[in-house]
Amino acid sequence: MSEPWEEDELVEGPVKKFLYVNRKAPYGTIYALESLEVVLIAAAFDQDVSLLFVDDGVYQLKKGQDTSGIGMKNFSPTYRALEGYDVEKLFVCEDSLQARGLSLDDLIVDVEVMKSDQISKLMDEQDVILSF
Amino acid sequence: MKLAILVNEGPYTHQAADTAYQFTKAALEKGHEIFRVFFYNDGVNNGTRLGVPPQDDRNVTQMWSELAEKHDLDLVVCVAAAQRRGILDESEAKRHGKSGDNIAPGFRISGLGQLVEAGIEADRLVTFGD
Repeated sequence: MSEPWEEDELVEGPVKKFLYVNRKAPYGTIYALESLEVVLIAAAFDQDVSLLFVDDGVYQLKKGQDTSGIGMKNFSPTYRALEGYDVEKLFVCEDSLQARGLSLDDLIVDVEVMKSDQISKLMDEQDVILSF
Repeated sequence: MKLAILVNEGPYTHQAADTAYQFTKAALEKGHEIFRVFFYNDGVNNGTRLGVPPQDDRNVTQMWSELAEKHDLDLVVCVAAAQRRGILDESEAKRHGKSGDNIAPGFRISGLGQLVEAGIEADRLVTFGD
């Protein structure tokens, strides 16, 4: 099976603002992985894409993920490849980082940290919000 | 209003699948257009016709199939999510050398692009999940 993001699908249409809200830890459930699969496919549609990481979703960007003990593929390097798909707007909830004792140095990609009022504003600006 | 529906949980374990159905049905009765219903994550499990719930329980898949027939709904199951979970139509089963298919009437299997397109084309994308 080819990876889903290798499929080549394009439609013509207006540009909308899409926000992907990633709320769950990278492993334990499939939500993080399947969210990333949508992001990569959607990149082919040339929409205005942002990603937001909140709650345990901030762990998706944690450096040094080692999944050898759980028999799962470590897909965290894919977040570093997002730039190549023109997905460059990555936001992280400040409260969620702090609550987990994490700082920007712990993350594998460059992100912008947001407070909850900024997150509200970000969400308010969107046309489509996909929450995983 | 033109609506798109995203269903991210399977039937019976989560209320989300039932609520998505009730919402879609109510929206249609109010005269809204449903551009597409897209099934993702475990939501693809709504699309198997092989489920046999107890007779005194609802059959979520059958409810979707009947609604689709009545209103000519476009029920799309994500191919990548479906392959992982064993939801196959005839051509997918043949392509992967599987002995049978299980897609329910009114459902079709297609790519994630169909979800993005639904987000672009609809006035609102409404997600039902956990």
